[in-house]
Amino acid sequence: MQSFDFVRPSSVAEAVAALGAEDAQPLSGGQTLLPSMKQRLAAPAVLVSLSGIAEMQGLRREGDSLVIGGATTHATVARAARTDFPALAELAGNIGDPAVRNRGTIGGSLANNDPSACYPAAALATGATIVTDRRQIAADDFFQGLFTTALEEGEIVTAVRLPIPQRANYQKFIQPASRFALVGVFVASYAGGVRVAVTGASGDGVFRWTEAEAALSDRFAADAVTGLTVEAEGMIGDLHGTPAYRANLVRVLTGRAVAAAG
Amino acid sequence: MPKDTSAPATGIGAATKRREDIRFLTGRGRYTDDINLRGQAHAHFLRSDVAHGRIRSIDTAAAEAMPGVIKVFTAADFASAGGLPCGWQVTDRFGQPMQEPKHPILADGKVRHVGDPIACVVAETLDQARDAADAIVVDIEDLPAVIDMKAALAEGAPKVHDELTSNLCYDWGFVEENKAAVEQAFRDAAHVVSLDLVNNRLVANPMEPRVAVGDYDFATDMHTLYTTSQNPHVIRLLMGAFVLGIPEHRLRVVAPDVGGGFGSKIYHYAEEAFCTAAAKALRRPVKWTSTRSEAFISDAHGRDHLTRIELALDADHMFTALRTETYANMGAYLSTFAPCIPTWLHGTLMAGNYRTPLIYVNVKAVFTNTVPVDAYRGAGRPEATFQIERLVDKAARELGADPVELRRKNFITEFPYQTPVAVVYDTGNYHATMDKLLEISDRAGFEARAMESQARGKLRGFGIAHYIEACGIAPSNLVGQLGARAGLYESATVRVNATGGIVVMTGSHSHGQGHETTFAQVVADMIGIDAGQVEIVHGDTANTPMGMGTYGSRSLAVGGSALVKAAGKVIAKAKKIAAHLLEAAEGDIELKDGTFSVAGTDRTVDWGAVCLAAYVPHNYPLADLEPGLEETAFYDPANFTFPSGAYACEVEVDPETGAVEILAFSAADDFGNIVNPMIVEGQVQGGLAQGIGQALMEHCVYDETGQLLTGSYMDYAMPRAEDLPLFRVDHSCITPCTHNPLGVKGCGEAGAIGSPPAVVNAVLDALNRGGHAVSHIDMPLSPARVWAAINA
Ligand SMILES: Cc1cc2nc3c(=O)[nH]c(=O)nc-3n(C[C@H](O)[C@H](O)[C@H](O)COP(=O)(O)OP(=O)(O)OC[C@H]3O[C@@H](n4cnc5c(N)ncnc54)[C@H](O)[C@@H]3O)c2cc1C
Repeated sequence: MQSFDFVRPSSVAEAVAALGAEDAQPLSGGQTLLPSMKQRLAAPAVLVSLSGIAEMQGLRREGDSLVIGGATTHATVARAARTDFPALAELAGNIGDPAVRNRGTIGGSLANNDPSACYPAAALATGATIVTDRRQIAADDFFQGLFTTALEEGEIVTAVRLPIPQRANYQKFIQPASRFALVGVFVASYAGGVRVAVTGASGDGVFRWTEAEAALSDRFAADAVTGLTVEAEGMIGDLHGTPAYRANLVRVLTGRAVAAAG
Repeated sequence: MPKDTSAPATGIGAATKRREDIRFLTGRGRYTDDINLRGQAHAHFLRSDVAHGRIRSIDTAAAEAMPGVIKVFTAADFASAGGLPCGWQVTDRFGQPMQEPKHPILADGKVRHVGDPIACVVAETLDQARDAADAIVVDIEDLPAVIDMKAALAEGAPKVHDELTSNLCYDWGFVEENKAAVEQAFRDAAHVVSLDLVNNRLVANPMEPRVAVGDYDFATDMHTLYTTSQNPHVIRLLMGAFVLGIPEHRLRVVAPDVGGGFGSKIYHYAEEAFCTAAAKALRRPVKWTSTRSEAFISDAHGRDHLTRIELALDADHMFTALRTETYANMGAYLSTFAPCIPTWLHGTLMAGNYRTPLIYVNVKAVFTNTVPVDAYRGAGRPEATFQIERLVDKAARELGADPVELRRKNFITEFPYQTPVAVVYDTGNYHATMDKLLEISDRAGFEARAMESQARGKLRGFGIAHYIEACGIAPSNLVGQLGARAGLYESATVRVNATGGIVVMTGSHSHGQGHETTFAQVVADMIGIDAGQVEIVHGDTANTPMGMGTYGSRSLAVGGSALVKAAGKVIAKAKKIAAHLLEAAEGDIELKDGTFSVAGTDRTVDWGAVCLAAYVPHNYPLADLEPGLEETAFYDPANFTFPSGAYACEVEVDPETGAVEILAFSAADDFGNIVNPMIVEGQVQGGLAQGIGQALMEHCVYDETGQLLTGSYMDYAMPRAEDLPLFRVDHSCITPCTHNPLGVKGCGEAGAIGSPPAVVNAVLDALNRGGHAVSHIDMPLSPARVWAAINA
């Protein structure tokens, strides 16, 4: 790790100001950023810690939505979302290991947009709104491919607003080594229809499987997707699975998520 | 003090808790990285990021000018040093010695694998050393890399070592004289079954990465190396005599607490020689600690065999002949014992548990632009067992035979048994372990369980394997003929103190095995005192007798036997002293529960009084007997020991995803006599975890350019507790080893040897029962591979 300056603001405004410095970067749980600094793959000059900002912490119910502060840890979500949004609590409780969950945050995960991360699937499937220090971004516009988002330089995810579905479930099939999602499917059912978001599978990052959404909006049953096919083209192929295997998992896991959502 | 017979037993057979765990579990262990010497400087290696290249130039000027940098070393600084030696010379089918390339401490002229050290910066702090390493300018001309073993042997393939005639290290035939008869038996066979398989390359991944701290005292001309080693005496000999030219009495090697080795810490590594030499050159202690990423590209890897194996059977399904052709990856250089693994630790085990009269094993060892490959838990024996047990299972399926019955029919039942591959099994009872296995695994109830799985849309399978292992490779005069450049005895000194407590100095080394507990149990049992009175010292060449260290499940069988010999000498002398004190004839003295008595009388003297007399020899036969009570013994075994066992794995396969879940795993082992059943169970469980890891998860993969695709835990899958079932481990089947004093055989590797074929056989059983005619899947049986096999 190379030397850096460290600031720990107590408000979003102070953080935004601190991020104005050259080569400054926000630090949230550090579960992604610190390992890459240790490997010398990243060497920011200034780290602006978001963990001391009270307004970015915790969960609150706002009507039919759950609003989660950007610096809220996975462990907190796993605990506090259990009643309002159990599928999300379960997702958070299956990220990494206890150390990762006690440090890693929802804002960090969304900002990072790892193609195998779990939260992006939840945000996209619920049609969440990503709240930043300067605007509100619809999930459909936020995720823009591998490790790429709509965030501008120095823009901070301060909160996420997720509409609570009537029924939902997240199925995560783990990559055997990293235990991130080899494929993860989040199914969320609302009065207005069903949304299905897939992580881990596509070379373009998290995406919505619209055929399944149409079929499930018609009839919310596991076998509604059995006849659908997922194109292997564009899927990730690596040591842990071919594109055809991932395409198969998308279909199988979608069916299982529907069955589990009840 | 006489033994308190009401206290819990601590001798042989007692499941006493491991005394070392108090320090390990409370963070009080003292590992090499805990050692920080005054004035210590830090080393950081610049390693090759290409698999094969010619070094045109190395410019260290900028790095040398960086803050804190003491010196930047390159190959030029080691011009007078020898290369890292290979400890075993294999002779090929044609009577020629293997090709043995040079292995410099720092890359000299060429880099030959990703991770090959090119230069090393020594600086005041580690960060300064790393910063400076980034400033070294290396100009490397990329050369085409050879990764695939068969491609490496093709005509005109790029050579890993320009000075060798090809990438073939050796072409070994065993037993060459049997070859024609084996071929005839195949022509005469009623059935021939064959299988092509891969034994997947693994990374050992001990919890503690390697560390070396070199120190030099110019006032006494003493060198000290603290290192993460399984055998400090071997390192002292190899490094002193072959690499740095330091006489052994000027070199001390200390391997303190070591956090696991699994074979990867047997070898002499460049970093050890570097730190030792640099400490002298700079007159400062020099420390290097491997990062986990570095471990992936610098620790010796394991396995990596490619095999075609064939079995000939007669009309009654009796095995008549077996032949194999194996390509064994050596990597870019010969690691210390690499050549012996696919030959003498593999070919000699190809009889397995069966009376196959004719066997021919061919092994081609190949250099590639990858990290060197050497022994990893089991070393050669897992590769042999996997081939045999997969093939016998395949034979059963093809012939419509029951896999248990086909094995039973061919089991060796009479001992000693001379195999056609040189070794003689002294004892065993394979039907007994098989019976025990069928009982503990409830094979009888399997069909009902399979139906229950089917109802849930899952495929259940049951897989069997029976293994034979050879531990405690020996005797030295034989292994010398086979090419070993070392002896394979072990040593122990038993030092009795004046007040009766005992310190044992052993040449074995404990890095997780629990010797401090079990060795104490053995000595305490012989004398009849509490094990708490016995302390075990190991790991420091300054205070232990020359020993060969710990690997190959040899410590209790060989090191423990040396201990018994030394303790026996101590007891013999103590009896003489007791005879004097009791004014009786030596032959009438008996030792029981720490008390010497004159047979048939009530006259006694206890252990403590005899020890005190030895060191305060006021009333003592000084004319006939030296004072003191301390003896050393060396033990060179007459033969290997041959543990064996039967393993069963029960799995459930999810046909939609290919995911495999292990529902049950049973192991019925024959380890001979047991000193501490709890420790044996722990060793078996650890071995099973690693074997299951190999079967389902672990895989070290290079791309065609020689980049390591699995260079971290993001891609190299290690098993975790949640991936494993509760194991059913039994070691009640006992046929004691016939040629060592404890009748013990060794249990450290069994789990890793017997489990991979049991797991794979179980998965294939599940698929075939489910209507998927799949004859083989290469390890690891990842969900993606199983799914692909189902959908092929
Ligand atoms: C062993 C391990 C296992 C893991 N397993 C999983 C898994 O199964 N599933 C999964 O989804 N993830 C997994 N993760 C990733 C984990 O969830 C991380 O916590 C997460 O991806 C990043 O969150 P963080 O708070 O740690 O962010 P940091 O590491 O602090 O930051 C990550 C990036 O986001 C930026 N950033 C952070 N916060 C904000 C913000 N509020 N606004 C704007 N930019 C910001 C940082 O500048 C940095 O570029 C794992 C990580 C580890 C180490």
